[in-house]
Amino acid sequence: MSKFKKGKQGDLPAISTASLPDIVFMLLFFFMVATVMRDSTLMIDNILPSADQVEKLKKDRTAFIYAGKPSAQYKQFGEEPRIQFNDAFISVEEVKPSVLAAQAELIEELQPKFVVGLKIDKDTHAGLVSDIKQELRKANTLKVMYIANARAE
Amino acid sequence: MAKRAAPEVNAGSMADIAFLLLIFFLVTTTIEKDKGLLRSLPPIDDSEVEPPIIKQKNLFTVLINRNNQLLVEEDQMELKNLRQAAIEFLDNGGGTNAEGQSCDYCKGKRDPSSSDHPDKAIISMKHDRETSYEQYMDVQNELVAAYNHLREREANRLFKRYYPDADNVYKAMLEEKEKNQFSKDTVLNGRIDQIKKMYPMKLSEAEPDKN
Repeated sequence: MSKFKKGKQGDLPAISTASLPDIVFMLLFFFMVATVMRDSTLMIDNILPSADQVEKLKKDRTAFIYAGKPSAQYKQFGEEPRIQFNDAFISVEEVKPSVLAAQAELIEELQPKFVVGLKIDKDTHAGLVSDIKQELRKANTLKVMYIANARAE
Repeated sequence: MAKRAAPEVNAGSMADIAFLLLIFFLVTTTIEKDKGLLRSLPPIDDSEVEPPIIKQKNLFTVLINRNNQLLVEEDQMELKNLRQAAIEFLDNGGGTNAEGQSCDYCKGKRDPSSSDHPDKAIISMKHDRETSYEQYMDVQNELVAAYNHLREREANRLFKRYYPDADNVYKAMLEEKEKNQFSKDTVLNGRIDQIKKMYPMKLSEAEPDKN
């Protein structure tokens, strides 16, 4: 005689999946925002050397200089290792103005902590690297990080 | 003609489409974190001051030739022995530092013909223009490893009690500093500086000869 009649027992209502697209879209937007497509197309071969005593790099205060042999599509630039900054090949003399321009673009409190990340192909000869370093000394940007792949000790 | 209501669009496949996109972005996302060896270059010094004379015994010279061979202290050496040789040199403690203190934490041989004090010990590295960058990085890596080994040992001796679970005390300290970068922990920073001061990294690089 109860008023609260139970319906057919064991018949669970289907879980509504109406909010599933919302959840998935939320995730989708997160990954879309977090995805960084490679910012500068490399025109050189860039296989980094490996090291085990590595430290993490703080990206907010870093400019990258790439160096290596021009890759297959850019054969017209020859076989000699070249320096790439952002999207273009630069000469050794242009390193200093490029780096100073990159430093000036940073927010003010990070400028003294400016680091230059050197992403240099492992088959490059070290003479080019010391040329770059000499230019960086002239630009007075003295903190450098030799970017390397971390390897297990 | 009777006006019909527009049929409702079935949104059931919306989730599938969104999943497809989601999986695409999941796969293409690389939250990459660059790592590397952080070094400081020496500033250009135009002053005409005579550089201080460094005794030969306080200088550990590493030369790399164009064939990527190593010459360490006038002897040819394999890369795998470099780390140990550098540790022995830095940890020798055969004499006193500039303040006249002897190195009471050094565990080296105290050989009077090797370095006096970690304060004074300088590693000098020179390479040829034709040396490969890979070899250059390997040598840098081994030399930094020698310093890290010694710092780790001292951190383990002095501060192990604060980090009983850590395998590498110095590394744990640096990681903690990294974590608290917005709230300065003066005690921790003081400890790290103390370790760094025990084995200051004095790694100089000579410019390769222009020829």
